[in-house]
Amino acid sequence: MFQRSKITVAVLALCASPAFAQQTDITLGMQLEPPNLDPTGGAAAAIDEVVYANIFEGLTRFGPDGSVNPALAESWTISDDGTVYTFTLQDGVTFHDGSSMDAEDVKFSLDRARAEDSTNAQKALFAGITDVSVIDPLTVAITLDGPNGLFLSNMAWGDAVIVAPESIETAATNPIGTGPFKFANWVQGDRVEMVAYPDYWGTAPALTAATFKFISDPTAAFAAMMAGDIDAFPNFPAPETLAQFDADPRFTVVVGSTEGETILSTNNKSVTDVRVREAIAHAINRQDIIDGAMFGYGTPIGTHFAPHNPDYIDLTGNSAYDPELAKSLLNEAGVSDLTLRLALPPPSYARRGGEIIAAQLRAVGIETEISNLEWAGWLETVFRGKDFDLTIVSHSEPMDIGIYARPEYYFQYDNAEFQDLNATLAVTADPAMRTELLTKMQTMISEDYVNGYLFQLAKTGVANANIEGLWENAPTQANDLTGVSWTQ
Amino acid sequence: MLRYLLTRLLSLALTLLAASLVIFVVLEIVPGDVASVMLGMNATEEALAALREQLGLNDPLVLRYFTWITGFFTGDLGMSYTYRVPISQLIGQRLVVSLPLALLALALSTLIAIPVGLIAATRAGKAADTSIMGATQLGIAVPNFWFAMFLVLIFAINLRWFPSGGFAGWDNGLFAGLKSLTLPAIALAVQQASIMARVTRSATLETLHQDYIRTARAKGLTKRQTVLRHALRNAMIPVLTILGLQFSFLLAGAIIIENVFFLPGLGRLIFQAITQNDLIVVKSVVMLLVFAIVLVNFLVDLAYAAIDPRLRLRT
Repeated sequence: MFQRSKITVAVLALCASPAFAQQTDITLGMQLEPPNLDPTGGAAAAIDEVVYANIFEGLTRFGPDGSVNPALAESWTISDDGTVYTFTLQDGVTFHDGSSMDAEDVKFSLDRARAEDSTNAQKALFAGITDVSVIDPLTVAITLDGPNGLFLSNMAWGDAVIVAPESIETAATNPIGTGPFKFANWVQGDRVEMVAYPDYWGTAPALTAATFKFISDPTAAFAAMMAGDIDAFPNFPAPETLAQFDADPRFTVVVGSTEGETILSTNNKSVTDVRVREAIAHAINRQDIIDGAMFGYGTPIGTHFAPHNPDYIDLTGNSAYDPELAKSLLNEAGVSDLTLRLALPPPSYARRGGEIIAAQLRAVGIETEISNLEWAGWLETVFRGKDFDLTIVSHSEPMDIGIYARPEYYFQYDNAEFQDLNATLAVTADPAMRTELLTKMQTMISEDYVNGYLFQLAKTGVANANIEGLWENAPTQANDLTGVSWTQ
Repeated sequence: MLRYLLTRLLSLALTLLAASLVIFVVLEIVPGDVASVMLGMNATEEALAALREQLGLNDPLVLRYFTWITGFFTGDLGMSYTYRVPISQLIGQRLVVSLPLALLALALSTLIAIPVGLIAATRAGKAADTSIMGATQLGIAVPNFWFAMFLVLIFAINLRWFPSGGFAGWDNGLFAGLKSLTLPAIALAVQQASIMARVTRSATLETLHQDYIRTARAKGLTKRQTVLRHALRNAMIPVLTILGLQFSFLLAGAIIIENVFFLPGLGRLIFQAITQNDLIVVKSVVMLLVFAIVLVNFLVDLAYAAIDPRLRLRT
């Protein structure tokens, strides 16, 4: 009897598996819900994580490795002096409402983003544009006030996507773009649904539908993955459970890198002595922080640059863990009884990491006063008010070493030599020259100990083992579904 | 009776007025600029100024208070800063989750608590009573989020009878909606039922010692009839008080359970709005909850009068 029932089960299982048609829809989990779905009107990373490359496209786009590839612009030419970019647009592109996308829409989108009353969160991307002119429906010329080596990369950001004048006003709740997926439904607080757009101009995606589900609680995220309610969770919020998923053949764990340089940001106007900043750098044991606050996920960095970038150089040696050296540096600087205010925003890298750093600093004789802030308060007092000594934050914008050239930026590093290098970089397009400049810049901020450089935030995701094509790294915050498919 | 009703109504209106002032003023004082939260770390000063103007943050204080209050009568509470949808629509979407969840949990806990409480009271000191008291003790002691995770582990991950969380939406059918609310409702109901069962037991026990119960028994009613007709009705006042408190708690306080089951309810709306400094949403939802609580208290007061004739006669 027992044997027979076992055989029945086996036969049923055999019959059942090939009978299932290949799955073509996917449910992705995200921890934070986007406040709205308009990538041109808000900074929240969650917006791009839903719409980038799926619903909206720009002239260029980021690939999974961070390279800049053609998107709505099929090709382009750059004038000899590097100030005029002439883009040839893809033919036959339509918005999801059926209207066609042409050079007028490009002009509208860029003019809107750089206009005086623009609320674009990355307005600086468009700062050098002096003119956008339509040459014919499929050709648009953009004039810059000077050469800009990053211009094509700037146009790949989610904030620079091409939108239509007829639909942009309502894009916050009803986004209409040119991408392979068309927005279908948003149940606020729960999920966003999208379906494949049948008239997509490019290669049709393998998926026919996608749902983004918002689960903020790490335990709930774990349960939803285990129960199969979620197919993939690209930024999984419970790193302590990753080993369990790794051991389970139903799942794959994907560990990649993000653009998030996590740093112990230091107010250079209040901690003015470079020896004190150097002492702080040597007092910190990065591996303790990565293990203690990030469950071992994260790559140590010695400067403000992403390790997966080809131009990265490893400068962790400049700030190697050496508490004795830290103490003698403090002695040399004549500093004793130093108390610094350490402001911590909500993410666990900051809250957990902050306590570890406080203990490490105490070991070399620096006391800290910790204050925990919500994001709104952090932006107000630390970021805008610059009223802090130390803070921990992850700078998630790609290629953002240029912030060190802004003396008014919240950590207030003012070095004319660095500013010159940055200005030269902006007008340099030659790759070898750029590498040389970037090497100098990375070294300079590392040797000036502007901030404590901790680690590159890892991207740790969990997915059903039968899914392929999800991005491993996060060169920009996105869940690009164009190459995602089920293997069975 | 009319006078009783009028004084209750007046106190309701005054409470609401006072609450609205406190909520408005407190949220005005809270620091933090919603525009910089929305536009993030790379925002330019002019983009921030343009957004503040767009959101109406530059209007005078008194004007904004009156626009807000009149909004409650016209149903136009303004737009959420971050979601950019009308707040009344946002609240409506959340209420269709929170209200059924609260009612379901309340119904479940009442259906369990009252019979259980009565059984315990009538068998006071016996084995049934002792085990009920023990079980309710446990029900109160176990945190509901822990119990919720336990339910998920068994019924969602292992048995796969219910989803691990999320809300399917009523447009997918009543069954799908109820299915997503079942585990959360059970998780919420167990603690409430335990409390209510104990209150029912002690209130009934007290009335069982009254003279009129002995009289009822003496005139020939069975024990069962006595309990249901006389003891229960008199024990209802404290039970109703608890019921009113529990409903208010379930409507707003289900936030932890909403998080465990990632349900888009009112509690999570407030939580999310606070973290994003979307204070215009916080303001209206908190006010709405105050209104709901005051209204429930008012209804409980009316129910007292229905149960206890002495309250009706008192002038």
